[in-house]
Amino acid sequence: MHGLINRAIQCFLRDTYGDDVWDKIMQQADLGYSSFESMLIYEESVTFRVLDLAADALRKSSDDLLEDLGTYLVSHDNVEALRRLLRFGGVDFVEFLHSLNDLPDRARLAVPDLFLPDLTLEEPGEGDFRLRCAAHYPGFGHVMVGVIRAMADDYGALAFTDYVGADAEDEVISIMLLQEDFAAGRSFELAQKVG
Amino acid sequence: MLDHSVSKDGLDILCPMHAVLDRNGVVRHVGPTVEKLAQDDPIVGKVFCNAFDLIRPGGVTSVDQLLSYTGRSLQLRLRDRHQTRLKAVVVPYDDGALINMSFGFALVDAVGHYALTSADFAATDLTIEMLYLVEAKSAAMDESRALNSRLQGAKIAAEEQAFTDTLTGLKNRRALDHVMARLIAMGEAFSCMHVDLDYFKSINDTLGHAAGDHVLQVVAQVLVAETRAPDTIARVGGDEFVILVHEMDDPDTLSGIARRIIDKLEEPIPFEGHHCRISGSAGTSRSTSYEAPEADTLLHHADVALYASKNAGRGRHTLFTDALLKLDLTQPIGERGAAHPDAIFTEF
Repeated sequence: MHGLINRAIQCFLRDTYGDDVWDKIMQQADLGYSSFESMLIYEESVTFRVLDLAADALRKSSDDLLEDLGTYLVSHDNVEALRRLLRFGGVDFVEFLHSLNDLPDRARLAVPDLFLPDLTLEEPGEGDFRLRCAAHYPGFGHVMVGVIRAMADDYGALAFTDYVGADAEDEVISIMLLQEDFAAGRSFELAQKVG
Repeated sequence: MLDHSVSKDGLDILCPMHAVLDRNGVVRHVGPTVEKLAQDDPIVGKVFCNAFDLIRPGGVTSVDQLLSYTGRSLQLRLRDRHQTRLKAVVVPYDDGALINMSFGFALVDAVGHYALTSADFAATDLTIEMLYLVEAKSAAMDESRALNSRLQGAKIAAEEQAFTDTLTGLKNRRALDHVMARLIAMGEAFSCMHVDLDYFKSINDTLGHAAGDHVLQVVAQVLVAETRAPDTIARVGGDEFVILVHEMDDPDTLSGIARRIIDKLEEPIPFEGHHCRISGSAGTSRSTSYEAPEADTLLHHADVALYASKNAGRGRHTLFTDALLKLDLTQPIGERGAAHPDAIFTEF
C-alpha cells in the first residue's frame, strides 16, 4: 500500500482523535515504528491491521470509520491540498462525478506508483448516478461515500449518497442529485493562495 | 459548397484568447479572456502594437509583414503592469489577421494576476490539467522533501552513533582516525596521549563485567573532566584510551595533565559494596616532533612511550623521545630489563 494512503489514515486519526489514540493504535499494531512515511511503500496487511485496531479503539464499525476518513480528506484544513486537487476535476458537482473515472490516472500522473482502484460512473437516469469502485481494497467504497458527500457540500450541491453493496468485482455507490446549486458551497480559485 | 467560416461567437468559444485585426493593424474584436486581461484598458480600437509588444519576430511594422509569419510561433508581451508573456499564432482573416494566444509558462502567474477561472479557457484547453499537475507535483515534492530531511536526520544520528563508543559515550577508533587526519591536514600542533588502565583485568575477572563496565564509565568521566572541551577522547580498546590534546606540545603541561588523570584513576571506584582500585599508565607523542607527522607514527610512538611507563612500574607517564626506540620494549611487561636511563621518563 502506498505510504500516502497510510499517511492519510494517520493524519485522519491524529487530527480527529488526538495523538494519544494514534500512539496507542501504533503500539498495538507493533510495527516497530510509530509513524508512516508518505513516500514509502508498505505491506497491504499493515494498512488493514491499523484500520481494524482503530475501529476497535474507537468502538466504530469499520464502514463508518472509512466513511469518516473520506469526509476528512475533503473537509479538513490540514489536507486542503487534496480538496483542491479534487476540485480541479470539474467546475460543478456533475462534472466532478464524471472526473472520478479519471481519478486513478490523475493520481498516477502526480505520483507514478500510487495505485487507486478503478472507478466507473454510470448515469442510469437524469441526476441518478451509480459509482462502481473496483473491489481491490475492501472498504474503499465507504471512503468514496465520505469523499462524495463532502464534495457535494463543497460544490454546494444537494445530493443523497449511499453505499448500495458489494459484489465480487465492485463496490457500488448510488448518488441522487436533487439540486446542483442548493447552497453557495466553498470557493475554489484556480490560483493557489501563497502562504 | 460548404461554408467553412466560423461565427464570431463560435470563435469566442473555441479561442477565448484571440484578437481580430483589420488591415491597418487596429484590433476590431477580442475573445472574452483577452477582454478580461485588459479590463481596465480595453484593447478593441487600439493598434495591436500599442496593446502588445511583439518580441518575436522583431521589426514587424505592418499586418502584411506579420502575416508572412503565418502558422509560426510568435511571442508577445501584454503592455500592462504584469507584463505577461504570451505565445501566439497568426492566420489571415477577412481583410486583416486573426491572432490566437495562450499563456505558455506564464500560466500559473497569470491565473493568479487576472483571477482566471475554468470558464476562461476553452473546454479542450489543457490549462486546468496543467494547473492540477503543478499543484499535485508540488504537493508530492513537499512530501518527498519532508521524507528526505527526516532521512537526513536519521543518517546524521546513525553516523554520530558510529563515531561513538556506546558504553562510555567517548569517541571510537573510527572517530579518532578521522579527527587525527583532520588535525594533521590542518597542520595543527597537537599531542597524542595513550592511556592504558592498570589492574583493570582483575576487576573484570573478580567482580564481573558489570563492574568492569562501571569502571570504564567512571574512567571516561575522569578523562572528560581532566581535559579541555576541544580535546578528543577515544576508547580504542577494552581498557585503552587515546586523548588528542589540541594545540598543545609543552612537555610540562602534558605531564601535568597525565599526572592529574592518573591520580584521579587511582581513587577507589565504589561498585556494589566493593572498592575497585585501578591505576593507569600513559605515553605521549607530539606532532611537533616530526617534520611531516603521520597518524600511524604518532599512535605507534605514543604506544612505545606507554610501554616504557608500564615497564617502569605503572602509574606513570612518559613523553616519547627517539631514545625509547633503542630500548627493547618488546618483551612482556615485568620481564623487560630494568636498565632504562631514568632521564627518559618524565618526572612528575
